[in-house]
Amino acid sequence: MMMIPLNITKTIHDWLYSVMPENAASITEMLLIAIAYLALFAVAGLYLVLLERKVAAWFQLRLGPNRVGPFGLFQTMADALKLLSKELTSTDKTDKFLYNLAPFFVITTSLIALSVFPFSKQFQAFDINIGVFFLIAVSSIGVIGILIGGWSSNNKYAMIGAMRSGVQTISYELSVGLSIITMVLLTGTLQLSEIIEIQRTGGWLIWQGHIPAIIAFMIFMIAGTAETNRAPFDLVEAESELGAGFHTEYSGMKFAYFFLAEFINMFIIASIAVVLFFGGWLSPFGITEGITWFPEVLWFLIKVLIIIFLMMWFRWTFPRLRIDQLLTLEWKYLLPINLVNLVVMAIIIWLNLTF
Amino acid sequence: MRPISYRDCERNITLEPGTQNMKPETINNNFKTEEYFVNMGPQHPAAHGVLRLILTIDGEIIKNVEPDLGYIHRSIEKMCERDSYQQIVHLTDRMDYLSSHINNEAVCLTVEKALEIEVSERVKVIRTIISELTRIASHCLWWGVMGMDVGALTTYFYGFRDREMINDIFEETCGARLTMNYNIPGGLMFDIHPNFVKRTKDFITHFKTKLPEYDRLLTGNVIFQKRTKGVGVLTKEDAISFGTSGPVARGSGFANDVRKRHHYSAYDRVDFKEALFTEGDSFARYQVRIMEMWEAMKIIEQLIDTIPEGDIKTPTNAVIKLPKGEYYQRVETARGELGVYINSTGTKNPYRLKFRSPGFSNLSVLDHITKGAKIGDLVATMASFDFVIPDIDR
Repeated sequence: MMMIPLNITKTIHDWLYSVMPENAASITEMLLIAIAYLALFAVAGLYLVLLERKVAAWFQLRLGPNRVGPFGLFQTMADALKLLSKELTSTDKTDKFLYNLAPFFVITTSLIALSVFPFSKQFQAFDINIGVFFLIAVSSIGVIGILIGGWSSNNKYAMIGAMRSGVQTISYELSVGLSIITMVLLTGTLQLSEIIEIQRTGGWLIWQGHIPAIIAFMIFMIAGTAETNRAPFDLVEAESELGAGFHTEYSGMKFAYFFLAEFINMFIIASIAVVLFFGGWLSPFGITEGITWFPEVLWFLIKVLIIIFLMMWFRWTFPRLRIDQLLTLEWKYLLPINLVNLVVMAIIIWLNLTF
Repeated sequence: MRPISYRDCERNITLEPGTQNMKPETINNNFKTEEYFVNMGPQHPAAHGVLRLILTIDGEIIKNVEPDLGYIHRSIEKMCERDSYQQIVHLTDRMDYLSSHINNEAVCLTVEKALEIEVSERVKVIRTIISELTRIASHCLWWGVMGMDVGALTTYFYGFRDREMINDIFEETCGARLTMNYNIPGGLMFDIHPNFVKRTKDFITHFKTKLPEYDRLLTGNVIFQKRTKGVGVLTKEDAISFGTSGPVARGSGFANDVRKRHHYSAYDRVDFKEALFTEGDSFARYQVRIMEMWEAMKIIEQLIDTIPEGDIKTPTNAVIKLPKGEYYQRVETARGELGVYINSTGTKNPYRLKFRSPGFSNLSVLDHITKGAKIGDLVATMASFDFVIPDIDR
């Protein structure tokens, strides 16, 4: 289960097992990995925020943050420190228990989902045989955090935002799930590392599955953007309509949890897309196949960043949909197309027309 | 159900979380919904100022919209009764601050009309050019904000980029960028800067390449068209009976451009089309404003090369006293028809001064056309109306 046999981790692993009993060593190792993941994705979230601000600036004829550190590299660190030191305020009539619980729901589910991704051959915390299913299951818990956050704030804007989020996320999860299932049909496995191994020989899945795979990718990108509540589907926090939406009443670090979770969710959606369509950590055309020292995680990150850039491009270009248009798009267009696409994929596999 | 009054919203309704305004007997009935109030404003991102809308909503559907004014009331009309006519001009900047030059012009034209002064041709032409530049600047800002209200944040910066060039021209001309005070009764405060003609021409060349960019970014966007087409439809009959003016009325097919129908300044000698669309929805109002920007450029191009020589100021008495009587003058601001009514008793102050502001009449339509729409529609409709709150609430 715990498999990070890189050289450094191997040394730590051996050392831990040599100095303490087996159970204690195992638990310590788990804790260390958890802390490493937490730290890694806190930093990843912060730098995605910075990237978003920079990308927004490029689109909007501005420079973006450039004062704190070189090219503004420490800007979001400074922001996080500021948010950490802020007082956590809440209004009188909030439901205190749910109000305090909500941000943790959102951030925890995001971080759990990250644990199954194969960032490279050796860099994966859990390689479970139902990886895809686990991802879909975990990522749908996050919406509960948004719902109870909006509900317990006792603010009408927050409640409208939360209700919109419930409607939106539950609807679009169908499309995300179905487009993933279309690809699972092609691979015949739910294990993420195996899905990548299949692509080593036959080319990336978007090439193997050609037409239905491309359709599935497009639907996945639309539905994935909607599931992360980003523009053009950011009705949950539509600032010109609802102020700040479900997190109107949150301040300080609790707000930061919601905020970071959005970016980590974006990372998750991009990672799923990379694993299912673009070969995960595999290099394009196998150009670094034979080079043993090359960090394959780099390919994974480059592909993820390209897809994240695409999502940011959407956000800074498109206007926002209205709630009924959002639901029409899902239930009248994406879902039927998706179902037909699933059948097409099945036929293509049956007739052996895959590459 | 009786209409919701202001008092209803003032009542302090304390609620448990989740039971928004529900009476105990309705909580058990899961499928019964109940309307509730939401205060949109006075501080709200879509209001662009301190406009408070008392919304009655049923889920996402709007049942009633009641605008509540008075948060930025400065009693400008009352202050005018105290001030001399030269001073009144400065107060009008603070009404519709995006068309400050045109507001100034309205008061100056009224005073000149009452005194029967004829300003020189040079003044007329310069006033017209700057009015049209003001109109473009105002519409640039509106375009940016319209995009922002429907969720496309980038438009804001594009609009401001081009508006900035106009503001620079104004700054060079009269020292101010927003509240210009360039007009005085009888003419202009200073002559134009030597660079004015060149910079204005540069701006026109620049803006002619940038305005198609606006179309590419927002107008042609499918989501934007879905959000605005068929939303907030105002019929021609309603447009007339509610007294709307400007792009709001012209989007509904009600041709009422003051520049075309009641000539003032140099509008009688320029050739331009009155932007007119008949659909009456938010997209028609959007198109009217885009077309007005093209027409404004056309007007400026016709005048900029042939600014006649002449005095920039027709001498008036240091203390202007209007003859006894009533005077009215209307101009077309970026938002519609601004009327200035002066009732003079022959003293140095007006006895009564009344501004007929375009925003106030336009706002009165809002409730009528957004009933039954979604919250998102209300925001899109408000954006297409282009409210400037200090203009509504003087």
